[in-house]
Amino acid sequence: MLQYKSQAVAKPYFIAAIALFIGQILFGLILGLQYVMGDFLFPEIPFNVARMVHTNLLIVWLLFGFMGAAYYLVPEEAETELHSPGLAILMFWIFLIAGALTVLGYLLVPYARLAELTGNHLWPTMGREFLEQPTITKVGIVVVALAFLYNVGMTILKGRKTVVSLVLLIGLVGLAVLFLFAFYNPENLVKDKFYWWWVVHLWVEGVWELIMGAILAFVLIKLTGVDREVIEKWLYVIIAMALITGIIGTGHHYFWIGTPEYWQWWGSIFSALEPLPFFMMTVFAFNMVNRRRRNHPNKAAMLWALGTGVMAFLGAGVWGFLHTLAPVNYYTHGSQITAAHGHMAFYGAYVMIVLTIISYAMPMLRGREAANSNRSQVVEMWSFWLMTVSMVFITLFLTGAGILQVWLQRYSDDPQPFMVVQEKIELFYWMREVAGVIFLIGLVLYVISFFVGQRQPEASAKPLPAVSPAEA
Amino acid sequence: MSQVFTKAMARNIFYGGSVFFILLFLALTFDTIKVLPERDNRANLTEKVAHGKAVWEENNCLGCHTLLGEGAYYAPELGNVYKRFGESKEAIKAFIASRPVEGIPGRRSMPQFNLSEEDGRAG
Ligand code: HEM
Ligand code: HEM
Ligand SMILES: [Fe+2]
Repeated sequence: MLQYKSQAVAKPYFIAAIALFIGQILFGLILGLQYVMGDFLFPEIPFNVARMVHTNLLIVWLLFGFMGAAYYLVPEEAETELHSPGLAILMFWIFLIAGALTVLGYLLVPYARLAELTGNHLWPTMGREFLEQPTITKVGIVVVALAFLYNVGMTILKGRKTVVSLVLLIGLVGLAVLFLFAFYNPENLVKDKFYWWWVVHLWVEGVWELIMGAILAFVLIKLTGVDREVIEKWLYVIIAMALITGIIGTGHHYFWIGTPEYWQWWGSIFSALEPLPFFMMTVFAFNMVNRRRRNHPNKAAMLWALGTGVMAFLGAGVWGFLHTLAPVNYYTHGSQITAAHGHMAFYGAYVMIVLTIISYAMPMLRGREAANSNRSQVVEMWSFWLMTVSMVFITLFLTGAGILQVWLQRYSDDPQPFMVVQEKIELFYWMREVAGVIFLIGLVLYVISFFVGQRQPEASAKPLPAVSPAEA
Repeated sequence: MSQVFTKAMARNIFYGGSVFFILLFLALTFDTIKVLPERDNRANLTEKVAHGKAVWEENNCLGCHTLLGEGAYYAPELGNVYKRFGESKEAIKAFIASRPVEGIPGRRSMPQFNLSEEDGRAG
C-alpha cells in the first residue's frame, strides 16, 4: 500500500537491480575460477572481459538501486506525487537497454573492436578501470542522470523539503557532477590517474556516503518511529564527517602516481579518519533501534539496516584503515589486500543499503500494508546471513592471500616473481571461490524470498511494553 | 546527542566543513598541477607515448594488469616491465606477439591481441 501512487515507479528499478546483481555474481564466480583454472572459458571470455562485466554490472545495479530509492522515498518525504512518473519509466528503459547493449558489446566483440565501432578515438574515455564503457554509453548515463535529477528535484521543489531528501539530492547531484570527470582523459598518465580518482574515490568515500546516510535515515525513521529531529541531527553529523575526512582523504591514492610527496601526509592523516562516519552510522542505527517508539513488523528490513552499518564499518573502515597509511600502502598497494577491502566495502556500504531500502519498500510496492509474511521474512533473513557471512570469508581469504603475496613478492629478502607467488597462494583463491558459491546460494534464497509465503498474512509486530514517563 | 548540540549546529558543521575542505582540496590540486611539470617527464610525452596509452586503453590491459598499482591483480604490474624484461623493448614485443590464440592449458594466459607493428612500437 503506497502513500503516493507514483512511488510505484521504484519497483522496476528494484527488480532490474536484483537481476543485474545476479549477473554480477555469476561473473564474479567466473573470475574466481579463472584465478585458479587459468584457461577457464579462454579465449571466449578472457579475464579482463569478465571483470568489466562484473564491476560494471555492480555499478549499474547500485545506480538502479539508488534511483529506485529516490523515486520511492522522495514523494513520501516531499508529501507529493513524483513530478513525472512517465519520465521515470522512460529513463528506466533507456538505462536498461543502454546497459544491456554495453554488456553485450563487452561479451560479443573484442574490446579494441568495440572501441573502434563506438569511435573511441574521437573522444577517448575507454579502458580505465570502472569507466570501461564506450563514450556513447557514458553520454547516455549523463542523459539519464540529468532527467532523473530533474524529476526528483522538481518533486522536492514543489513539496515538503526535508533534510533526508535534501541530503539525498546533494549526494545524487554530486554523483552526477563527479561522473563528468570520466570524460576527461588527458594523455599525461599522472593527470589521468589524478582525476580518475575524482570519480572513483569521491564517489564511494564522498557523495555516495550522503546517499547511504539519507536512505538509512529514511528507513530508520519509518522502522523506529524515532523523532525526525533526532535522526536528522545524526545525519548531518555523519555526512559532515564523511566529507571532512573523505575529500582530502583522496590523497591516499596520490602516494605513488607521480604526485608531490606531501600527499603522503595529507592522504594518510585524513583517510585514517575516514572510518569515523562509518562507525557513526553503526552507532546511529543501533541507537535509533534501541530508542524505538514502536516495533515494526518488517524485521528483515531492520536486520539489513543494522547490518549495513556494521559491515560498512568493517569493510570500508577497518579494512580501509588497514592499508591506508602510506608506509603500509607502500607494500600493499595494488595487491589482493586491495581486492579484499574493495569487496567488503562495496558490499557492506552500498549493496547492503540498497538491499535495505528494497527490503523496506518492496512489501508496499507489492500491495502489502507494511511487511511480508513471516515465512518470506525468514527466508530473507537466511539470505542476509548467508551472503554476509560468506562475504566476510571472501574478505578473510583474500586478506590471507594478500598478506602472503606482499610477503613473498615484496617484503622478503628474496622477492619472487608475481606468477610464482600466485601459484603458491592458490589455496586461498580456491577457498574464496567456495565462499563465493555460498554467496550465490544466499542470493538465490534472497530471490526466492520474494516468492514464498505470498498468500500468508502479513507478519505482525508485538506492541512495545508501555513505559512509564520516567523511563522514557 | 544532548540538547546543547542542536540540529542547526550540525547543519552548519556540514556546510562549513564541506566548503572549507573542498576549497582546501582545490588549492592542493592547483599546487599539484603547478608542480607536476617538474616531476612527470612531460618533455618525453611524444606522440608515440600517447599512442601507447591509447593501445593500453583500447585493449583494456588494466582488466588483468596493474599500472603503477592500479588496475586488476590477475597479471603482473607493468610499470616495471621494462626493467623486468632486461631493459629490452624487443623482448616485450616478442612476448606480446607470441601469445597463443587458444591460451595455455590449465594456466592464465594473455590473449593474442594481434597488435600492428606500429602499435607494438608505441605500446
Ligand atoms: C564504502 C566505502 C569504500 C568503498 C566502496 C571502497 C572501495 C575501494 C575499491 C574498489 C578500491 C580499489 C580501487 C582500485 O581498483 O584501484 C579501494 C582502494 C582503496 N581504499 Fe577503499 N573503499 C571505501 C572506503 C575506504 C576507506 C574508508 C578507506 C580508508 C580508511 C579506504 C582506503 C583505501 C585505500 C588506501 C585504497 C588503495 C589500495 C591500494 O593502494 O591498492 N577505502 N577502495
Ligand atoms: C560472489 C563471489 C564473488 C567473486 C568470486 C568475486 C571475484 C572477483 C574477482 C576475481 C575480481 C577481480 C580481482 C582482480 O582484479 O584480480 C573481482 C573484482 C571486484 N569485485 Fe568481485 N567477486 C564476487 C562478489 C562481489 C561482490 C558481491 C561485490 C560487491 C559488493 C564485488 C565487487 C568487486 C569489485 C569492486 C571489484 C574490483 C576490485 C578492485 O579493483 O580492487 N564482487 N571480484
Ligand atoms: Fe579511496
